[in-house]
Formats: sequence, structure tokens, C-alpha cells
Amino acid sequence: MPRYLLMVNHDGGAVEEPMDAWAPEDIAAHFDYYAALTEELVASGEMVRFTPLADPRLARIVRSDGVSAPVVTDGPYPESKEVLAGFNLVEVDSEARALEIAARISAVPGPGGIPTRQPVEVRQVMTDLAFDL
Amino acid sequence: MTDQPVIEDLLRSLAPQVLGVLARRSGGVLECEDAVQEALIAAARHWPEQGVPDNPRGWLLQSATRRHTDRMRSETARRRREDRVAREPAPPPAPGADDSLALLFMCCHPALTPASAIALTLRAVGGLTTAQIAAAYLVPEATMAQRVSRAKQRLKASSAVFEVPEPGAPDFPERLRCVLHVLYLMFNEGYTASGGPDLHRVDLSDEAVRLARRLHRELPAEPEAAGLLALMLLTEARRPARTGPHGELVPLAEQDRTRWDRELIAEGTALLVGTFARRGRPGEYRLQAAIAAVHDRAARAEDTDWPQILGLYGLLEQVAGSPLVTLNRAVALAMVDGPTAGLALLDHLDADGGPVPDLHRAHAVRAHLLETAGDTAAALHHYRAAAARTTSVPEQRYLTTRAARLHQHAGGRP
Repeated sequence: MPRYLLMVNHDGGAVEEPMDAWAPEDIAAHFDYYAALTEELVASGEMVRFTPLADPRLARIVRSDGVSAPVVTDGPYPESKEVLAGFNLVEVDSEARALEIAARISAVPGPGGIPTRQPVEVRQVMTDLAFDL
Repeated sequence: MTDQPVIEDLLRSLAPQVLGVLARRSGGVLECEDAVQEALIAAARHWPEQGVPDNPRGWLLQSATRRHTDRMRSETARRRREDRVAREPAPPPAPGADDSLALLFMCCHPALTPASAIALTLRAVGGLTTAQIAAAYLVPEATMAQRVSRAKQRLKASSAVFEVPEPGAPDFPERLRCVLHVLYLMFNEGYTASGGPDLHRVDLSDEAVRLARRLHRELPAEPEAAGLLALMLLTEARRPARTGPHGELVPLAEQDRTRWDRELIAEGTALLVGTFARRGRPGEYRLQAAIAAVHDRAARAEDTDWPQILGLYGLLEQVAGSPLVTLNRAVALAMVDGPTAGLALLDHLDADGGPVPDLHRAHAVRAHLLETAGDTAAALHHYRAAAARTTSVPEQRYLTTRAARLHQHAGGRP
């Protein structure tokens, strides 16, 4: 069965405010929605892995030519609007099902229960021989 | 038909015994480990359907021996010896205690990184499969298999010996310290999920408690082994109240204490009292257990004996000081002398310039004390900083919610 990486982006959705400016009950609804969806996909056997990423301010970018000392800078790019917030690896029957799940993720509630419409990038994963053999 | 959990318990307790016997007969514990794993998997597959054999230990030993022999057969030089071993009848059940202990000491070897030592201990002594350990750590099975195999290579290179350490031997205290540390880390790994939403993980803390019980049973005269077990029981007792219905973190002060496990508290407390009756300065596990016991004794958060906790943290700082211990002492100090005193201690910690390993926790403690002191703006800043630095989802949720509450009170929202 094909596997898809569903990459959830922080910004670029319908919500501008950082989460700590939301009402506490909206934060609770947001996390509960995610937890319920993840649980459902684990139960259906479609969720391979759900991995939120730590705050982008902790990210570092490494560049190296293999000879001189690697250059480590803060990342991601400050001018970039969209930042990867986390990813889900799902194993599903079809691309259509992957898109369906991505839509559920994108509709995670934000302030006032209104969907955040976070952009979710859907990419099929190349076959990994080490695990599938 | 026999219950799966019953069989799993049986297999876990038999695993180190079988490995010990096979290792003694064929000379190398690391070479035998894979064969024992395969025998365990075969038993887990067949016993639930066919029933547990009359002599489960003999069954496992024979099965592991056969597999071990198959592995060795390709090496013609060893062939004759292995065949002879395979034809030997299964020995009568012997007390497996010495072997279990020797295995535990070997797997918790100072030459290994803590992560490798935990993985190897879970496999060889705990009898968990690589797949189960991988699930607990949320890594692919192939990754965990490599970690276990690297750990074995390193042990071989360090020429670790498979033997029961003599409690009188000069290196015994150091080796015991290493075993206790690995079990402590294993417990914490299970108790505070270090990442992810905490789905389908094998219960590492249960396994740590089981191994600590065994260690204490076999080394009853070691007060720190008893202290570590007491610490685990007294901490484990609070687990039912520690998370809300959706897995969110509930801090100690807000927990519903009627949901604490009274039996575990009674057992842990009795164990701890026994260790303090002995001579000698209490070590880090006994002191931590004593702090846990003081918390567990309070029927309500406001009944907590903070002066006593403050004193115990002072002792702990002398025995095993770390920035984390000082952070906790600052919380206790704030409860006794007010938030300003706690904050002053934190400033002192910062001024020392020492590395604070758990940076998000330092921000969280500071935020909490600032909130108590009424400095809302500064508290909000530190809650945000803590939320940005944590890698645990329940913690992130908790810290973000605290920040949001302050934000609301500060007039950020109606």
C-alpha cells in the first residue's frame, strides 16, 4: 500500500495569532481534535507515524562542503512564511484517502472553533527496502 | 488456551534464566542472546494455542539451544562442540537468581551509553522483543536492532565478563550505581514520555519496576536499591491522577489525590522506612523517595510539608547536586519563604553560569514563581519560552494553556 507524508505547515492558514493568545478552551479543542484523529487513524491501521516538530526557533541549518568546518545558522529562513510544524506518515489504499486525511488535519479547529485551514503538503514516500523486505 | 498476559509474564521471568544457562554452557552470552529471543518468539506464538508445556523452562532452553546450534553449525570448527551441547538433556530447574543478576550487571555496563544499556537490558533481562522496544521508543525496528547490536559489539570490545559481581569487590559500588541509574532512566522514560503523543508504547516504567523489584530481592542489603524501588512505587502511585481525559498533563498541585494508588504508597513508604533504619548517609534515590513520600502523604496539596521537602532537597543537593535539583529546591523554597526567595535562588543559579540541561523546565519554574509573585508580564514571557522549548506534546499543551490564561487576564482578550 502506498505511503504518504502529510506535512503540516504552521503559517499560511486562516489564523494569524500565536496559540498562546487563543482562549484556553480553544487550545484544548485543538489538541483534542488532533488526538482523536490520530487515535482513529492508529485504530484503522493507516497511521504509521505521527511526529510533531519542536518550535522552529530551535531549528538550525547546516551547510557543508565536506572539507571545511560546517556552517551552522539559525533556521528556517526568517522570510519564509510557511514553516513545517510536524508530519504524519500514513499507509493508505489510495492518494484520494491521503488527501481526505490531509483535509481533516487542515480543518483542525483554531480560535472560536473555526478551522485553521493550515496548509498540508501531501507527498508520496519512495519504497523503503529496509522496512518492506 | 492460556491467557496471553500470563504467558508474557512467564516468558519475561524465564528469559534471563534460559539465557544464563545457555551462556554458561556455550561460553558467550552475547552469541546466545539472539537464539533466546527466537525461542521466546516461538513460545509466544505456540503456547497460547497449544498450552504451556509442563516444563516451560526446559522447553525454552531446548528450543534456544537448537537455534543456537543451527547458528553455529556453519562454523565447522565449532560444530562438534555445539552438537555435544545440543544433545545434553535439559538440566533440572535451578535457582535463576544469580544469572539474572549477572545479566543485569552486564547489560548496565559503564562502557555503554545509557540508551544502549536500557535497550540491551530490556531485551536480555526483560525478555522484550526488539519490536516491542522499538515501539516504546517510537523508532523503526531496524533502528533498534542496530542499537542493540552496536551495544553488544561495544560490550565485546570492552571485554565485559558475565559473572555475578561480588558485593565486596572494589568495583561493585560503581557497577551497582550504573545498574540503578539505568533502571532509574528506564522508569523516567516510561513515566514522562519524552516525545510524541504517547500511543501504543510498551510500558517501560512497569518493566523498570519489575527489574527494580528483582534487584532489591537479590540484594536486600543495598539501601539504595531499596530506595530506588521505593521511589518508583511512590511515583507510580500518582500516575492515575497525572493526566486528564485527553492525555493532558495535570500538575501535582491540581491532581485528584483520591485517585492515587494507596497500596503502592503504603508499600513504597514501608520499604523506605526500612532503609532509613540502617546506618549510613542516605543516597540520591532514598532522598528522592523520601521527597516523593512527603508529597504522597498530603491528603490535599495545601497540606504538603514543604519545610521538610526543602530540607530533603538541601541534602539531595549535597549528595547529588545538579541544576535540576536546585530548580526543585527553588520551588520548595518559594512554598516556604515566598516566591521572591525562590526567584532569588534561580538568579543565583543563572549567575553561576552552569549549564541548565533542561532549559524549558527552568523557564517553566521561573514563570510559575513570577505568576505567584504577581508579575504577569514576565510570567507570560517565561511560559512562552518554556512552551517553545519543550519537546513533549502534553507539556507543550499545558504551558501554552497557562500562557493563554495569563494573556486573558492581562487583557489580551475579552
